[in-house]
Amino acid sequence: MSDKTHKAHKAHKASRAQKAGGTHEAAADVEAVPAVTGDGTAPAAGAGPRVTVLKTYKLYVGGKFPRSESGRVYEVTDSEGNWLANAPRASRKDARDAVVAARKAFGGWSGATAYNRGQVLYRVAEMLEGRRHQFVREVADAEGLSEARAAGVVDATIDRWVWYAGWTDKIAQVTGGANPVAGPYFNLSSPEPTGVVAVLAPQESSFLGLVSVLAPVIATGNTAVLVASERAPLPALSLAEVLATSDVPGGVVNVLSGGTAELAAPLAAHQDVNAIDLAGADEQLAKELEVAAADNLKRVLRPQPVDYFATPGTDRMTAFLETKTVWHPTGSLGASGSSY
Amino acid sequence: MPTTAPTANALADVTASDSTLRRFLHGLPGVDAVGLEARAASLGTRSIKTTAKAYAIDLAISMVDLTTLEGADTPGKVRALGAKAVLPDPTDRTAPATAAVCVYPDMVAVAKQAVAGSGVKVASVATAFPAGRAALEVKLADVRDAVAAGADEVDMVIDRGAFLAGKYLKVYDEIVAVKEACGGAARLKVIFETGELSTYDNIRRASWLGMLAGADFIKTSTGKVAVNATPANTLLMLEAVRDFRAQTGVQVGVKPAGGIRTSKDAIKFLVLVNETVGEDWLDNHWFRFGASSLLNDLLMQRQKLATGRYSGPDYVTVD
Repeated sequence: MSDKTHKAHKAHKASRAQKAGGTHEAAADVEAVPAVTGDGTAPAAGAGPRVTVLKTYKLYVGGKFPRSESGRVYEVTDSEGNWLANAPRASRKDARDAVVAARKAFGGWSGATAYNRGQVLYRVAEMLEGRRHQFVREVADAEGLSEARAAGVVDATIDRWVWYAGWTDKIAQVTGGANPVAGPYFNLSSPEPTGVVAVLAPQESSFLGLVSVLAPVIATGNTAVLVASERAPLPALSLAEVLATSDVPGGVVNVLSGGTAELAAPLAAHQDVNAIDLAGADEQLAKELEVAAADNLKRVLRPQPVDYFATPGTDRMTAFLETKTVWHPTGSLGASGSSY
Repeated sequence: MPTTAPTANALADVTASDSTLRRFLHGLPGVDAVGLEARAASLGTRSIKTTAKAYAIDLAISMVDLTTLEGADTPGKVRALGAKAVLPDPTDRTAPATAAVCVYPDMVAVAKQAVAGSGVKVASVATAFPAGRAALEVKLADVRDAVAAGADEVDMVIDRGAFLAGKYLKVYDEIVAVKEACGGAARLKVIFETGELSTYDNIRRASWLGMLAGADFIKTSTGKVAVNATPANTLLMLEAVRDFRAQTGVQVGVKPAGGIRTSKDAIKFLVLVNETVGEDWLDNHWFRFGASSLLNDLLMQRQKLATGRYSGPDYVTVD
């Protein structure tokens, strides 16, 4: 594992240095091709220039990687307008399929023990660490950052994921508890996941912001339909590959790319979506979505200015939790008057 | 089809003995499996939208045989199913009732009571469903029991063991006997369990065998095996009923059962019906869906068309 990462890292540095055109997806293979010289600058005489293998970015729905049902794609560019890749432009039917997948996954994921969810999410962080260089590159391209700053973003993102993984089996102690009541009852409150949550990822922070809104939703046992940043969806689509190769069950996270407004409208109106996080919506859109969401009394988290580098607190977790309170008789009190 | 179309009289002769029956069934043209599947798949690509979709959904709802065939069926569950068959969507009374409820024989009386006065029929599986491995007398007693309890329709299973062993006349005689036990009171649906017949040729032979024996409906499967109704085997059976009517003038219904869960699937089957046998069969007297979860999806799609918002399982009954 580390050997392969190291190779990819070296090859990547080489390709960055020469500013070779095209994508960097082939970087990991560079050293395996004998026709390429050690520093990866030029092929040996006689061999034609190597054709780079472009990656087809796809949606992530129900643990599978489908193209958009509509067959549409759109061009994704870096911050300077250079073409990076074509991303699928999902349609409302893809959104519908994603909700069905999320609903199907909800029982298993919300029923898993909090400890188990924590383990699974930590595993995602492990996988992210292994793909660190890919994400550094994608974040640098998407947000126009230097490699060093992009690396800082990715590190913060992985740490954010670990932070939320740790919260899975602790949030109940913080937000639940035994309530004192005026009667011989145990009265216990415990937080329960809301259900299927539609998440509009922040438009500007394509990776740190994305994870900062996604991780709290699934850490508490909800399942998510994530609409990636419209302008910079590639880190989100690559995150889907990480989720697919860790232990997160298919359907727990579904990733859609495309027009945020186009996808958000059917999700906000969808009767089987229980909550929506409007982080990626502008003011006007957020208002419309909030109106649409009122129809089945969805929980709505309004967009708010967030410093994604700061330690987040529990707000994003509690936003998608519902409190279940159980009353239980303590039984007859002993003759001695002893009580529980 | 045989090139020289036999007359009705000639068809009467084919059941005279085991050998004539075998000669007839094996004389049926072989099925082009690749062509059949391609045809079924290409008809499945039709895009049915807006008003046509609304019509298709309502038609499909009216064709559902709402089924519960579990060992754990209780009178309460059957009553709930009956109520749902009569009024599938309590929030929208314009939704049509289903065609029938389908239950085990001992639940017929309960079901009958639950749908009384609504026009919804009660169908009962019989003849040692689903395996059909019992003596003829036992099977007939099963049928008489269901009919006596008031079943409007009887779904029998053929003896697949006898069919696969080539004892066609035995299968034929059994269907005839069951038909007789139904009397005039109940329509007979004959289940072939296509998933166990292993070849398309066998499905075509079974279809003709069932129709010759007097089936009112031919039905793909019990829903209890791995492969149930598929577009291809249903298309094949639709072709059989079309050809049978062309030769004898007798119209026979078709019922795909098992594995049809979404509105999209159901609409594909309706396209098959329309393109193969035409409008004469687009009626719940001649075409049915044997299904349980399909109805909820049809209702959710119906709600989507009415409101413009995607619906969810919270808005239909859990059954």
